[in-house]
Amino acid sequence: MAKRAAPEVNAGSMADIAFLLLIFFLVTTTIEVDSGITSKLPPEQTDVTPPEVKKKNVFQVIVNSDNQLLVQEDVMDIKDLSLAAQDFLDNGGGTEPGNACSYCQGDRDPLSSDNPKKAVISLFNDRLATYDMYATVMNELVKAYNVLRDREAQSRYGEAYTSMVRRVADWPKEEREQPEYFELQDKIAKIADLYPRNLSEGEPVKN
Amino acid sequence: MSKFSKKKGGEVPAISTASLPDIVFMLLFFFMVATVMREDELSVENTLPLANQIEKLEDKNMLVYIYIGQPTAAYQKQFGENAVIQLGDKISPADRVFDYVNTKRNAMAENIQNQMMVSLKVDGEATVGVLTDVKEQLRRANALKVNYTARKGDPMMNLNR
Repeated sequence: MAKRAAPEVNAGSMADIAFLLLIFFLVTTTIEVDSGITSKLPPEQTDVTPPEVKKKNVFQVIVNSDNQLLVQEDVMDIKDLSLAAQDFLDNGGGTEPGNACSYCQGDRDPLSSDNPKKAVISLFNDRLATYDMYATVMNELVKAYNVLRDREAQSRYGEAYTSMVRRVADWPKEEREQPEYFELQDKIAKIADLYPRNLSEGEPVKN
Repeated sequence: MSKFSKKKGGEVPAISTASLPDIVFMLLFFFMVATVMREDELSVENTLPLANQIEKLEDKNMLVYIYIGQPTAAYQKQFGENAVIQLGDKISPADRVFDYVNTKRNAMAENIQNQMMVSLKVDGEATVGVLTDVKEQLRRANALKVNYTARKGDPMMNLNR
């Protein structure tokens, strides 16, 4: 007697199970955004009076309620902000030995900042400005710092600053006791020290 | 009768559906791998802006999320149309941020408490005033590590929306 061929398994119900699982995952999960611009807020001011800052060492950026940008008391287009901030930070106009900047490549204008360690960018946003504008302005200012840091890191260590930061973040957790990791962190700290992120938010500095 | 039996008249064979679940499983695996279980139900609008000076966020267990935006349509009757703050899964006023952040920080393990980062997920159209209030509260609570969460992209596109 010939063997009966085994009946074929009906694949229709497999598809139903798969659809159910798919719909469950579609409904309960999201594609999470896990990146952003990091920043460190200043600690709450107790009774310490802020140190005296010369007007030329302050780069004033104001955003008004109509999302218009005012830089150093002049209207500016957002596209020009990053370059203007870079020029300010990299100026190195200081001439005294404690004040001069040996690594700056800017114009050395005596009316602009003395050196990057003293240069302060003051950002003030009107309460009615939109967050879109705020994020774009922050991005452009952070970009100015990052471009300068990248340049210095490239010339001193042959690797861009942002690339070093990314490597530190991606370093596998079990291997964080290695000397290379500490070396990398060290380099990052040194470069960050050359162009410290003195970004002050709050009332516009009037002096 | 003869060895050559007449074939049945031209019926097209039925389409095999054996590969249909394969297609669906591929979609399923994509979603399982690329997505995360949703943490909080959003009751505010939250279209994040674009930025290119971004860093990847740390481990999720060091993060505290604060959402700011206009309430969604279902909540607008109750909370109005201006930007509000969502802490956890409910909309709260700004003065609750201090307690919320401290509670979350104490719930973390001792050794990572000082590495806590606050991820600020703010809608692009929200006004900055609310954000400033939240930052004041964060400074009071000494939660100084902050991340303005944004999607990777050209920031100039933010202003054309």
